Amino acid sequence: MVNGTEVYSDSSLPSADFIKSAYKHFQLNYPKFYKMDHLCKLAMVASDLLLKHNPITKKYASEDIAIIIANSASSLEIDTEHQNTISDKNNYFPSPAVFVYTLANILIGEIAIRNSIKGENTFFIFDKFDADFMGSYNNSLLSSNKATCCISGWVEFYENEYEAFLYLVEKEKNELNIEHTSEQLNKLYINQI
Amino acid sequence: MNAFIIADNIISPLGFTSSENFDELKKMHTGVKRLEKSTLSNEPVCAAVIDTNKLDAAFQKLSAKQEYTRLEKMVILSINDCLNQNKNIDISNKKTLFIFSSTKGNVDLLDASLASKFDKKRIYLWETANVIAKHFNNPNQALTVSNACISGVLAIILAKRLLEENKYDTIIVSGADILTHFVVSGFQSFKAISNEVAKPYDVKRDGISLGEGCGTVVVSNNKSLAVTLSASSRAESRDEGQASAIIISGGASSNDANHISGPSRTGDGLLLAIEKTLKESNVKASEVNYISGHGTATLYNDDMESLAITDAQLASVPMNSLKSYFGHTLGAAGVIESIIGIHSMRENTLIGTYNFNELGVTKPINIIKNTQKQEVNNCLKTAAGFGGCNAAVFFQKHR
Repeated sequence: MVNGTEVYSDSSLPSADFIKSAYKHFQLNYPKFYKMDHLCKLAMVASDLLLKHNPITKKYASEDIAIIIANSASSLEIDTEHQNTISDKNNYFPSPAVFVYTLANILIGEIAIRNSIKGENTFFIFDKFDADFMGSYNNSLLSSNKATCCISGWVEFYENEYEAFLYLVEKEKNELNIEHTSEQLNKLYINQI
Repeated sequence: MNAFIIADNIISPLGFTSSENFDELKKMHTGVKRLEKSTLSNEPVCAAVIDTNKLDAAFQKLSAKQEYTRLEKMVILSINDCLNQNKNIDISNKKTLFIFSSTKGNVDLLDASLASKFDKKRIYLWETANVIAKHFNNPNQALTVSNACISGVLAIILAKRLLEENKYDTIIVSGADILTHFVVSGFQSFKAISNEVAKPYDVKRDGISLGEGCGTVVVSNNKSLAVTLSASSRAESRDEGQASAIIISGGASSNDANHISGPSRTGDGLLLAIEKTLKESNVKASEVNYISGHGTATLYNDDMESLAITDAQLASVPMNSLKSYFGHTLGAAGVIESIIGIHSMRENTLIGTYNFNELGVTKPINIIKNTQKQEVNNCLKTAAGFGGCNAAVFFQKHR
C-alpha cells in the first residue's frame, strides 16, 4: 500500500518470494537487491515505493535527511543463518556476504546508498512499533534543525513473518495533510499492516 | 539545560571500575591477549576477554534472585557500581530512563548449548534491556539502540537530546557486547582480525582485535549531582582544583551513502558528523584539546579517519585509539572510550596508543604515542561502523 492505496498484492506467495515478486512487479532495477538479506530486500522495496511517490532527495540537501527506523527482531533472521554456518566444525562455512547483514542498521545503509542520503541515522529496537517515541523523536530532530525531513518507520522480517511501514515526516504541509502525531502514526500503522 | 556526567563505570578485562581501567591505561597495559585455545575460534585468536570466574564471583556478591546471561551480568554490575558511586541516582524513579546500546546482545543464546537455559524471548534486544531495567526496578520501557559500531556514541547523544525534552531528568546509558564464536567467525571470514594485538594508525597495522565489555554513563540535568561527584574525584585526583563537572555539549550522526562494509574513501561522512557536533557545541576546531578516535587498525578505517580529521582542521590535535587496550567492543566501544575521555579530562592525562610506533595513514595526524600529562578541557569522540554510519560527540568541562 502507498498512501493508503493498494498497489500490489499476492497472498499465494511465501514472504521472501512475495518481496522478490514485488521488486520485479515495480521494475525497481537495482542489481544489488539480489545480494541483500530478506530484511534489507523488504526495506528496499518499501523505501523505493515511498520515495518514488515523494522525491525528497530533489527537495532537501542529502545531509539534512534523517533515517530513523526500528524493529523487534533486529537481524535475527540472518543471525540464525550465520549461526548455522559455524555450529558444525566439520561443515564450517561462515561467509562475509552473510555476516555483514547480521546488523539491522545495514538496511539504513542500503537506503542511504540507494538514495545518496547522508543525514542522521539510528536504528532502534522495540517490542512493537512505538508511535509515541518515534513521533516525538522525529519531531525533536525537525524542531532542533538536525533534519529537515525524516524517513521513519518499522521494518521487520523474522521466521517468515514480515512487516514494513515507512513514512516521511516534513516540516512543511504536503498534499496528504496528515499531522505528525502518535495517534495518526498508530492509525496509519494499523491500517497498513 | 546541560547534560552532566554524574557517574560512570567500565567492565573490561582490565578491571571492573572506571578508575581500575584508567589506571591500567595510564601504565599502558593492554587487555588484549593471544588465546591459543578458546571457545571463540577454531584457531588461535588475539582478543580482550573477561574472565568468566571473575565476572561470576563479582556478580554473586549482588545476591540476584534469578538467572542472568553473561551480557546481563556485565551490565547489571556496571550500573550497580554507578549507583554506589552516586547515591543521588534514583533508578526506580519515573523520570529515570535506561538506554541500552548493543550490536548483538544475548547472541550466545543462538548456540544450542545455551538456548534451552533461557526463555526464547531473551534473545530479543528489547527484552534484554527490559530484564536489566526490571532488575533495578526502573518503571520505564528501556530504549534500545543497535546501530553497529556507532551504537555507544549514538546512545550518549540520545541521552543529551532526551534530557533536553524534559521528560526525564536522569538517563543511564549502558553499552555492552560479549565476545562469541558468532562474532569472531564473522570477522575472521572478512579476514579483518590481526594475528597480533591491533596496531591503530601504525604503518604495520593489519587488522582489528576484538573485545568484550560494558560501559555505563549516568547523565543528569542536575548540576548539583555532578558537583558532588567532582568534589569526590577531586579528593582522589592529583590535580587538586582542576576537577570540574563534565557536560555533553553536542553530537551528531551521519551516513557515507557509499558502501555497507567498507569505509568511505574520502571521509566526508565522518567529517559531516564532526562538523555538526562542533557547531552544536559552539566550538571551533582550533579549540579542541583531544580526539578519541575510532582507530580499529584496519587499513581503510584508519586512512579514512586521517582524511576526515584533516579536513576538519583537526590534524594537529592529540588523538588516540583505545582499540589496542579493550579490543573492538562493538556496541560498548563508544561508551567505554567516552568514559576514558572523561577521565582524561578529570585527570588531565592523555593515554598513549598501545602498539603505535610509526604513523602510517594517508594524511599526517597527531597520534599520542606515550601517556602524557596535559591540560584537557574537552574531548571529541568519534566512531564509524558497518552500514556506512558515523558519529561524533563532544564533552567539555563546565565553567
